[in-house]
Order: sequence, then C-alpha cells, then structure tokens
Amino acid sequence: MSLPLLELEKVTIKFGGLTAVAELDLKVGEGELIGLIGPNGAGKTTAFNLITGVYQPTSGDITFAGQPTGGVKPHILSCRGISRTFQNIRLFASMSVFDNVRTAMQGNRAQRVRDALWRGATFRESEARVEHEAMELLKIFNLDRFYEADGKSLPYGDQRRLEIVRALATQPKLLLLDEPAAGMNPTEKEQLMELIRFVQDKFKIAVLLVEHDMKVVMGICQRINVLDYGRKIAEGTPDEIRCNPKVIAAYLGTEDDDA
Amino acid sequence: MRGKEKSFLLLAIAAAVGLSLGSGMFNRYYLGIAVDVGINIILAVSLNLINGHTGQFSLGHAGFMAVGGFTAAKLTLTCGSSVPPAFQPFFFFAALLLGGIVAAVGGLVVGVPSLRLRGDYLAIVTLGFGEIIRVIFQTSEFFGAATGLTGISKLTTFGWAWAFAAITVYVVACIVNSTYGRGFIAVHDDEIAASAMGINPTRYKVTAFVIGAFFAGIAGGLYAHHKLVLKPDGFDFVKSIEIVVMVILGGMGRTAGVILAAIILTILPELLRGVAEYRMIIYSLLIIALMLTRPQGLFTFGKKGPVK
Amino acid sequence: MDSFLQQLINGLALGAIYALIALGYTMVYGVLRFINFAHSDVLMLGAFAAFYLAPHITPLLGVQSVPSALVVIIVSAAICAVIGMTIEFLAYRPLRKRPRLTVLITAIGVSLFIEFTGQHEKVFGAATKSFPTLLPKREIILGALHCSSNDLVVLVLTAVLLVAMWFIVQRTKIGMAMRAVSFNEQAASLMGVNVNGIISFTFGLGSALAAIAGIFYSMRAPGIEPLMGVQPGLRAFIAAVLGGIGNLPGAALGGVVLGLLETFLGGMPGLSNYRDGIAFAMLILILLFRPAGLLGKLSTEKV
Repeated sequence: MSLPLLELEKVTIKFGGLTAVAELDLKVGEGELIGLIGPNGAGKTTAFNLITGVYQPTSGDITFAGQPTGGVKPHILSCRGISRTFQNIRLFASMSVFDNVRTAMQGNRAQRVRDALWRGATFRESEARVEHEAMELLKIFNLDRFYEADGKSLPYGDQRRLEIVRALATQPKLLLLDEPAAGMNPTEKEQLMELIRFVQDKFKIAVLLVEHDMKVVMGICQRINVLDYGRKIAEGTPDEIRCNPKVIAAYLGTEDDDA
Repeated sequence: MRGKEKSFLLLAIAAAVGLSLGSGMFNRYYLGIAVDVGINIILAVSLNLINGHTGQFSLGHAGFMAVGGFTAAKLTLTCGSSVPPAFQPFFFFAALLLGGIVAAVGGLVVGVPSLRLRGDYLAIVTLGFGEIIRVIFQTSEFFGAATGLTGISKLTTFGWAWAFAAITVYVVACIVNSTYGRGFIAVHDDEIAASAMGINPTRYKVTAFVIGAFFAGIAGGLYAHHKLVLKPDGFDFVKSIEIVVMVILGGMGRTAGVILAAIILTILPELLRGVAEYRMIIYSLLIIALMLTRPQGLFTFGKKGPVK
Repeated sequence: MDSFLQQLINGLALGAIYALIALGYTMVYGVLRFINFAHSDVLMLGAFAAFYLAPHITPLLGVQSVPSALVVIIVSAAICAVIGMTIEFLAYRPLRKRPRLTVLITAIGVSLFIEFTGQHEKVFGAATKSFPTLLPKREIILGALHCSSNDLVVLVLTAVLLVAMWFIVQRTKIGMAMRAVSFNEQAASLMGVNVNGIISFTFGLGSALAAIAGIFYSMRAPGIEPLMGVQPGLRAFIAAVLGGIGNLPGAALGGVVLGLLETFLGGMPGLSNYRDGIAFAMLILILLFRPAGLLGKLSTEKV
C-alpha cells in the first residue's frame, strides 16, 4: 500500500462557535477517484477549502504528496499539484476562453517581467508553446472553436467544462471537483461522467469529487466518503454506501423525524 | 503585431525626438499643451495598470507623482549647474530615473500593507497615503515646505515627454499581453480563482503598484521641469481624482481608450479657458454624469476581449 | 490639573461634533455599504444655512437668544435633511445595483461639485465669512474648571441627540427597519420594508446631524467657507472607521476618542504641523491592524 497522495488526519475547523468540519479523516491515493457526499451544509466545500489552503484547520493535519499543507498559501499548493473547480463557477469574466486556460499555465513557466518586456526569442518560444498546449487542451474538450469568445457567453455546461480545462492546465496531480454536475440535464451528466473518467485516465490524476447527483457519484467513484454536520459518518464502495442505514438516515431522516 | 512591438517603440521614440528637434516652428502654447498631454498619458496608463488591469483602487497616484517630481527637481537644482552642457540630457535622464525609482519604493511602501484590503477600504488607505506624502513635502524644509521648489530648469521637451509616454505604453501593454501578464487581469476578475490557478495575488498587486508608481514618478519629474515650479498643494487628492477620471473615462483596462481619454481630458480644460470659473464645476458634473450613464467608460464597444 | 480638565472639555466637545458627523457616515454605510464622500459638504451647507437664516430669525426672536438659536438650528437641519435626501435620490439611487466603487466616485463628484459651486462668487464665494453668534458666550466656572458655555451647550445637546438616535434606532419601528435593511436589503424588502423610503430617511437623518455638527463647529471656530467641511469630515470619517464602520455606538465612541486624541496631541509642541498627517496615519494604522474598528465585526467572503 503506497503512501496516499492526499491525507487528512482528524482535521477540524471552527468558525467562532460553529464547527464546520470535525475530526475528518480522508485519504486519496494516486490516480484514485474518490467521492465526497453529504446533505447540504455538511461541510464538503469547507473540506475543499481546507485542502486548497483557503482555510486553515483549527486542528489536525493535511498532507499532500508527502508535505504538510498547514499555513501554505493556495497559489503555492496549486504549484505543488492541487487544482480545483468551484461550486459557483468562477471563470475569469473579462477574459476569453483561450485566455482563461492560458492564465492557468503560470507557475511552471519561466516567465518574468523582463522576458515580457524584451520579447526576445525565449519569450516568443515560451508563448508559442503555451498557446499550442492551451489549444490542444481545448481541442480535447471540444472547446477550441470558442477560443476567442467571452468565457461568460458559453452555455452553462460548456462553462463548467471550461473550468475543468482551466484546472487541468495547471498540470495537477489532484483535481478537486465541486458539484460539476449542478444544473446539468441527464445527457450532459452522462457526458460529464465520461469526461471525468477520461480525464483521470489520460492525465493520470487523482480526483476528489463533491456531488449531489447520486447517479454520477455511484457511477464513477471507486470509494465514497459521507459527511453529515461536519463529521464523516461512512466510507466505502458505492454498493456499501447505498445500503448504509446511517447514510440513508442523514439524507432522508428517520421515521421519527416526520413529526 | 507579433514581434514588431520593439520596432514600434523605437519608431515612436524617434518620431517624438524628431518632432521635438523641429519644434521651434510650432506655437509655444500648443507645444506646452502637447507636453501636458504626454505627461498625462504616462500618468493615466500607469494608473491603468493598477486600477484598470489589476482592479485595485488607488486614489493616491498624485502622491507618487510628487515623490518623483520633487526628487528629480531637487537633484537638478542642486547639481544641475555643475554638469557640463554635453552631459545635460544624460543628467536629466538620470534625474528622471531617480525620481521614478524613489517613487517605486514609495509604491512598495504603500502597496505591501494596503493590498490585503478590498474596495472602499483600499481606496481610503491609498487616499490617506497620498495625503501623507503631500503633508510630508509641505512640512519638509529640504523640499521647500509650503512654497515648494522654484526656479527649476525647463528641461522637459516634447521629445522627452512623448518618448517616455511611448515607453510607458510599451511597458504596460507588453507586460499585460503575455501569459504572465494575464495574471494581473485574473487578480482583477477573481482573486480566489486566480490563487487556485497558481497566481500569487499579493505579488501581482504589489508589482502593479510598483510599476505604476515608477512611471508616475517619471511623469512627476517631467512635470516639474515643464512647469518650473513645484508646490505640494498641486499634488492633492483632487489631482489623483483627475487621473482616476481619465482611467475610468477610457474604460478601465483599455490602454487605447485610456490614452484617448488622457488626450481629451488634457485638451478640454484649455478649450474651456473661456469659462474658467466654471471649469471645476463642469468637471465634477462630468464625473457624476459619467458614472450615472456610462461607468464602463466612453471607449468600450462590443465584446470585451484581450487588452490591446 | 486645570489645563488638563480644560483640554478634556475641549476634547469632548470636539469629539461630540465628530461623533455627530461620524454617525451620518456610519448610518449610510450601514444601509448602502458605501462611504458618502459628500457628507462633509452637508456640514458646510448646514453652517451656511444658519449663516443666511440667522439675520432673518433674530429680529423676531431676539439676538443671541435660546429660541432663535433653536429655530436656526432646527430649520438648518431640516434644509440639509432635504438636501441629503435629494442627493441620494438623484445621484446614488440610480446606482443602487452597481459596483460600490462607481458610487464612491459619484460621491466624490458630488462633493467636488458642491465645493466648487460654493466657491463661485454668485453662490457663497471663496472668502471666509464670519459666523453669527447664536448664543452668548459666557465663561462658566465649576470649581477649578473654566470652560466656555458654547462647549457645554455642544456637549449637552450632542448627548441629547445621541440618546435620541439610540432610541430611534433601537426602539422604534423605523429604526428596526433601518437595521433590517443594513443586514439584508433583499430580505427586508420581502418583509414589507419600504427600502427606498428607509434609505431616504437614513440620509435625511444623517444630513440633519451633519448640519447640526456644522453649526456647532462654527460656534467654536467662527470662520466659515465652502471648503470648511473637508477637514472635520475627514476626521469624522476616521472616527467612524475607528469605531467600526457600520456600527453606531462605534461612531460615537470613535468621535469622542479622536476628539480627545486630537486635542491632547495637538497641544503638544512640534506636532501641530503634522495634525493632518497624524489623522491619516491613524486611519491607515486602524485599517491595517484592526479594519473592523474597536466595536465592529469583520465579515468573511463565502468561497
């Protein structure tokens, strides 16, 4: 059993009097596709924010690729290989589709102010490479014909795909997807499932998926973690989770709750 | 435009210098206004990097201008006479550069603490810093206190002003139109998403501030050697607002629009000479009208694309 | 000891004035989430309103008498309340849905407009005018303490006004509506609150307070001119931020603290030139180290 790519150990975060996440243990191995589900307000996005460094845990440890992430800023974690999409799509509104992807190709390039000013051969080569790679990426996801359009002018489903492309442009080892199927119709959801499997396969990355649509989650995840009120209440394969009484209770309530 | 940017720049500088050498045949008054326009272009484009592209709200740009102006002027006043005539242009260039660098340091000092603030608060802090700089110059005997510096040599010509204007435009446009430079716009659009994509928002904001301040400092130096008198009063928050209005009028983030706006807003007061007493009243009404009707600026049409 | 007590009263009176102005800033920030740059100019308009009114009132109610002073103050406050509401209606309401920075610039435009128009000859003219004496200035001696009757009047009246404000905001329906709008405008309107009306009311109230503050200010420093609002307005704004912008008791507290600080520090040798700079430095320090202010709470953005 190799070391997990991402490991959360007893991670807790409190906002004033509210404990949003309590003693969460979570593991994601390299190349795995793990699900994170739970009723609204269970703390899933908070967990994402903890992993990406937007929030700092009140207690507990998070380790990524063998290094602790405590106190590390989000942009540095991005360079280390964690990337994400957002629950409410956060594209760069004043940029074109192409630029949205290009912008994400930052940290791993030798691009500095002086190169941009001098505009010598190194700069031109580097820019050409970036352009080529960005277009390739867009082509894979069938977004290349929109490359000049405003990100915001794309249909909703395409915007979500663009956000995923952008996240992939940072060449991550771990991709966090926050409710990517939200607002999609059944056909689009099928395509999304294909897409995620494809991404995982082609780019050899681990994926941690937060999602409400059970079909999607059960359909592609290898293992699923269930949160309720900030605590993990179950973990297992889709089949195990489907029948777990605690999970059912969390979503549907028990018989006594009807009063 | 690919690969031709440097040639354009050299061409522009050559044109500026050429016109300048032949400027004897132009009307003095118009020439003076042309120099003003050049200086305002530098101010507007440099502020545009901070406010427009990076989306930070700086209301203290005049402070950086003051720093550059006073530094350069003090240098030429103290040492100017001991420089042999053949070296005068290099000396002037060095003075301007020094002004720019000191202003850039100012940009660092202001930028680093301020940049974790958002919106309103950042605006107020930059305003405060601008005013503090003004107060410092007003109470500093070294820089002439309230009277300021007088008797500055008229070293700024059309050539100098417009050559630097070309350089400023080149620098800002080149930086922004690169993969690295898209980071500024990312910070403007969505800091959180930008962080998640590997962009360090603080670093970009501070860089924008420092570069913006540097050019404001150069503009200040050019201004000092054009007006020949430098009073701290002239660099108050109203001056900062004047530059901000140019950036807004031009459509925040549009370099071409901002240049046009700078030209228009420099020439307009001259055209309004006849109604000088109403000048500022009209100006303030213009600001209000602009915000009510077209806050995106006068020069934005169609879709927003990458900045040219 | 005497001079300490003297400075104390001085500082408190100045602080009271700042508190009144700061309340206006904070109330408007509470309901509209923006800093009304033009607020300092309402102060000036209040002083000028009193200046032009006084000669018409005093023949009727007596020169330097309490009734005429009261009438002048109340009428001036009312005029400025209307002016404040008009500005809101014309310049800020159309921008309700826009980014806050657009409104900020508009406010700056309004402020400059008022200042420059006021400076025009046909309006007030740029020269300093002498503010009429509304109340006889007597020296009051309480034990070892000598202070001016004006200061006492300012202190007492401000205390009354602050209590009245507290009462309105905490104990009346309209005050509850104000608080609702400041928490969540949409929810308040869904609960049946007339949001536009409340915002108008808030502007009117804040402007009235500013006008009264302007009159008090002129009672202590009788030279008035169109730019007189800039400095006190700025100090009051800093006071509001110090107390926690959006927080009413904070504004009052901030005003008093700033008034005291300014009086005591300004009295120290060598520092008086830097008074402006000190005020700004304080502002920057607060915003850097405790942006929520003494009594305020910072809100976090949801990611």
